Amino acid sequence: MKAVITVVGKDKVGIIAKVSNVLCENNINILDISQTIMQDMFTMIMLVDMSSKSVSAISQKLDVIAEEMGLSIHLQSEEVFSSMHRI
Amino acid sequence: MINPFEILETINMIDKENLDIRTITMGISLKDCVDADVDRACEKIYQKITTYAKDLVKTGEDIEERFGIPIINKRISVTPIASVVDALDNATVEDCVKVAKTLDAAAKKVGVNFIGGYSALVHKGYTKGEKLLIESIPYALSQTDIVCSSVNVGSTRAGINMDAVAQMGQIIKKAADMTKESGGFACAKLVVFCNAVEDNPFMAGAFHGEGEGDCVINVGVSGPGVVKCALEKVKGEPFGVVADTIKKTAFKITRMGQLVAQEASKRLGVPFGIVDLSLAPTPAVGDSVAYILEEMGLEQCGTHGTTAALALLNDAVKKGGIMASSYVGGLSGAFIPVSEDAGMIAAAKNGTLTLEKLEAMTCVCSVGLDMIVVPGDTTAETLSAIIADEAAIGMVNSKTTAVRIIPAPGKKVGDTVEFGGLLGSGPVMPTNQKQSTEFIRRGGRIPAPLQSLKN
Repeated sequence: MKAVITVVGKDKVGIIAKVSNVLCENNINILDISQTIMQDMFTMIMLVDMSSKSVSAISQKLDVIAEEMGLSIHLQSEEVFSSMHRI
Repeated sequence: MINPFEILETINMIDKENLDIRTITMGISLKDCVDADVDRACEKIYQKITTYAKDLVKTGEDIEERFGIPIINKRISVTPIASVVDALDNATVEDCVKVAKTLDAAAKKVGVNFIGGYSALVHKGYTKGEKLLIESIPYALSQTDIVCSSVNVGSTRAGINMDAVAQMGQIIKKAADMTKESGGFACAKLVVFCNAVEDNPFMAGAFHGEGEGDCVINVGVSGPGVVKCALEKVKGEPFGVVADTIKKTAFKITRMGQLVAQEASKRLGVPFGIVDLSLAPTPAVGDSVAYILEEMGLEQCGTHGTTAALALLNDAVKKGGIMASSYVGGLSGAFIPVSEDAGMIAAAKNGTLTLEKLEAMTCVCSVGLDMIVVPGDTTAETLSAIIADEAAIGMVNSKTTAVRIIPAPGKKVGDTVEFGGLLGSGPVMPTNQKQSTEFIRRGGRIPAPLQSLKN
């Protein structure tokens, strides 16, 4: 399954490093990554290949980072976005 | 890859604008559970529900995690229980209550939060079992926690069964009295319909209709908050723009419902029935249908212009939603349950929103007088007359209308009744003080209107 990770919050040192570290430890490949400042907020969007990894296990680890750095991090199946925005 | 703006739009809808899937409802047929012996019938019902729905809650939670979208309720609807009662030998009210308790126990066992279908369809006449089931409703609802009941008293094809309308006034009074310590809570689990639909996933009116298969998954979406936020961006624009904005938003919301419905159907190995694209409010601030109407330019919901605003909203929701799902069904429109909508509660409290205005609004939205609290001394005949008015609107306009009304024992206009959770809190609203008693006592049937003769 392909999933989208979104990170929104105040820009800080090490956001990408920490998130990619979790992915690396869990052998999850990053397929695409984009980063921008939108409405004064740091916004990073990653497309990753979850294969058959458990969404909840990874989500929990990302939640820890979100808590630690005061960010909002979501991990969701790519289908959510494609079904909502593509006919 | 989907562009970042689209991704953030979706995340905002979920995080800040209360987008959620309101319910995954599994419809289960109990046609093969009938038996002449009540204990055997109950055993079969319990077995079937707990087998078919054993993974429903877990599956809902798994999907919620995968898509990152909240799925608020997992529920079950069953074949109208009157058909189970009809098959019993020498059935009694106690037997009916026994079946209700079985439904309650089975639903609790699988972990759903409501089970609907303690129902009878009597729009033309009663069978013995239907009569008995209706008599048992106050007992069943006061002795169970999560069983929901509905009675269909009219249809465009059959007219209105005024005997049933008269009886339902009495039943609602009795149900309120039997649960007076909770403000008449039993009535919040009881809906009186005209033109009830067979695939409604929303409570309290859900039941698994006669024409349905053995088991089916229906999904109800939500999202008044999302529509409201979208309209904030088109302030002052003409109605064409308003309608287009609602359509686009409804499309996106319904796509979520379709995605979840397909996934649930696949995982549970149960056919996908319909997506109900109703806009269902919750008491949470920012999740209100009233606020959408106010965003269109009304100072408060209930003032002049409200019916027109609701008509536009209801129509645009359908037009946007219809293309987003392969099967749209259920009630599909805008809900206006007073106690469950922060904006409606406020409008009812200060008198802007009245029963008469709500009745007008039900002509152009998907259901009817929903979660209305009236004074405890409202007579059964007045309740029946309110039901008759709503049923007439449904019958003549070939649409579903419903009444879920709570004559809260001991409460007066100005009081508020707390139901808690999604059912919210209802301000007690005044009714017309003139009597309708002689009208209701006539009994018989109001003939089907001319528009029923379509053949």
